[in-house]
Amino acid sequence: MGATGLLVILEVAGRTGVIDTGFLPLVSTVLARAAELAVDGEFLTHGLASMEAWFWALVVTIAVAVPAGLLLGVVRPVESATRPLIEFLRPIPSVALIPLAILLFQNPMHMRMSVAVYAATWPVLINTIYGVRDVDPLAKETLRSFGFGPGTVVMRVVLPSAAPFIATGVRLAASVAIILVVTAEVVAGGISGVGVFINTAGSGNRVDLMIAATAWVGLFGIAVNALLVAAEKRVFRWHHNRLAGVS
Amino acid sequence: MLELVDLTHRYGTYHAIDRINLTVKQGEVVCVVGPSGCGKSTLLRSIAGLIKPTGGAVLLDGRPVESTPDNLAVVFQDYSRSLYPWLSALANVGLPLRRRGMSRKARDEAAMAALTEVGLGAAAGKFPWEMSGGMQQRVSIARALAYRPSLLLMDEPFGSVDAQTREELEDLVLRVCAHHGMTILLITHDVDESVYVGDRVVVLSKAPGHVVGDLTVDLPGPRDQIRTRELDAFVKLRADVGRMVRGMSARRFDNGMTHEVETR
Ligand SMILES: Nc1ncnc2c1ncn2[C@@H]1O[C@H](COP(=O)(O)OP(=O)(O)OP(=O)(O)O)[C@@H](O)[C@H]1O
Ligand SMILES: [Mg+2]
Repeated sequence: MGATGLLVILEVAGRTGVIDTGFLPLVSTVLARAAELAVDGEFLTHGLASMEAWFWALVVTIAVAVPAGLLLGVVRPVESATRPLIEFLRPIPSVALIPLAILLFQNPMHMRMSVAVYAATWPVLINTIYGVRDVDPLAKETLRSFGFGPGTVVMRVVLPSAAPFIATGVRLAASVAIILVVTAEVVAGGISGVGVFINTAGSGNRVDLMIAATAWVGLFGIAVNALLVAAEKRVFRWHHNRLAGVS
Repeated sequence: MLELVDLTHRYGTYHAIDRINLTVKQGEVVCVVGPSGCGKSTLLRSIAGLIKPTGGAVLLDGRPVESTPDNLAVVFQDYSRSLYPWLSALANVGLPLRRRGMSRKARDEAAMAALTEVGLGAAAGKFPWEMSGGMQQRVSIARALAYRPSLLLMDEPFGSVDAQTREELEDLVLRVCAHHGMTILLITHDVDESVYVGDRVVVLSKAPGHVVGDLTVDLPGPRDQIRTRELDAFVKLRADVGRMVRGMSARRFDNGMTHEVETR
């Protein structure tokens, strides 16, 4: 509601000349551009390139951060040994790593992925560690009492128990990865990617195209988030119902 | 054979159980009664190898128990926390059977049979959080029975079910255990139940818990809910155990009286 109101005000301000449309295009113009972009082959190619980097960054993040989080959560000594390193690395803004990533990776796709993976790792890692710590000791003891070894306890109790927390971490990581992929594209440039498109539009003084492309990135983020929330609700019905006090 | 030798445990400085000595023969059903907080669950967790007792030893067939003994099943007092909310009742019961090297189909069948025996055949597809406390408790009993352990530890396993179901479950456990030669250690606060179910009743003192009475229940088997409970011997035993348990809480009990009970 609030957002719609703001858009209406901007539109009116543009039409009445309160805002210079050369400076900020009309909302209706941007919406028209956005609709055109949706069927624009060139823009779609850029979009697909970004999505590809984003998708693989997320896959790599999960593949790295979940096992690492399990290890750190289950084996306390490993956690305390690596804590200084993690506390040093975590506050580094990933954007600051882009120049380094440019030097390290020739392939722009790999460069973007590496920055996104770096930023997206933290929410998954931290959530996995806390999820693992949160596992009911009795749930683990039950399996142990039946004679199962630590490996089985991790796979059959710790992992499923922590899964809702891990999923939340992945959802946060998905948003972070979108931001970082587009940022890396904008900062480092390249041949394809939504960030590259936005850059080109900017240097051509096409503010309407810039905003329209940016809006698509935002919409993509909202859609991904909504999709993951719905998936969590479905897959972790047991978790949500339990929290809701259904018994 | 299960032997507890001077089994002692302290949580930090808190003395939970004190030099418990107990021998349970193969196939025997031993009930442990004692006041709340006297260390019954601590005793059970020590036997299961889940905590390392600070003193004494647990021997199984003469060998000291260092970790969880093989062929053991436990029905925990906190049954709801010991069920997995992401698994259906059927999958919860079937999970331990993976250790038996059974196929998926065989596991499901055995789990279904066990659930049917505790009266939950129709609820096999339900999740723990869709079940009442009594139903969850029966799932955890079914899980232990389906596993066919040689040693079964039960911590107040019938606390949340109605009287009728409780009697059925008592008989079910006795039947299954007799059939498979399981040894049972059952913790209860119900004096009546301890005499009905047990071959022996062990009475613990209040904290730090130690054995103050060990009665052999010499009643004819198989037990029957109506006929066994009306036997003079049953009534007498129940009174004896009741007196010991009550004596404990009234602090009238001393070691002299323990001996008197033990020699009868
Ligand atoms: N992990 C623990 N840390 C510290 N103290 C504990 C712990 N577990 C149990 N205790 C204490 O040890 C004592 C014995 O506990 P336990 O659970 O063995 O008693 P219980 O006989 O099973 O009681 P109830 O009949 O109420 O189940 C209690 O006073 C309890 O507070
Ligand atoms: Mg207890």
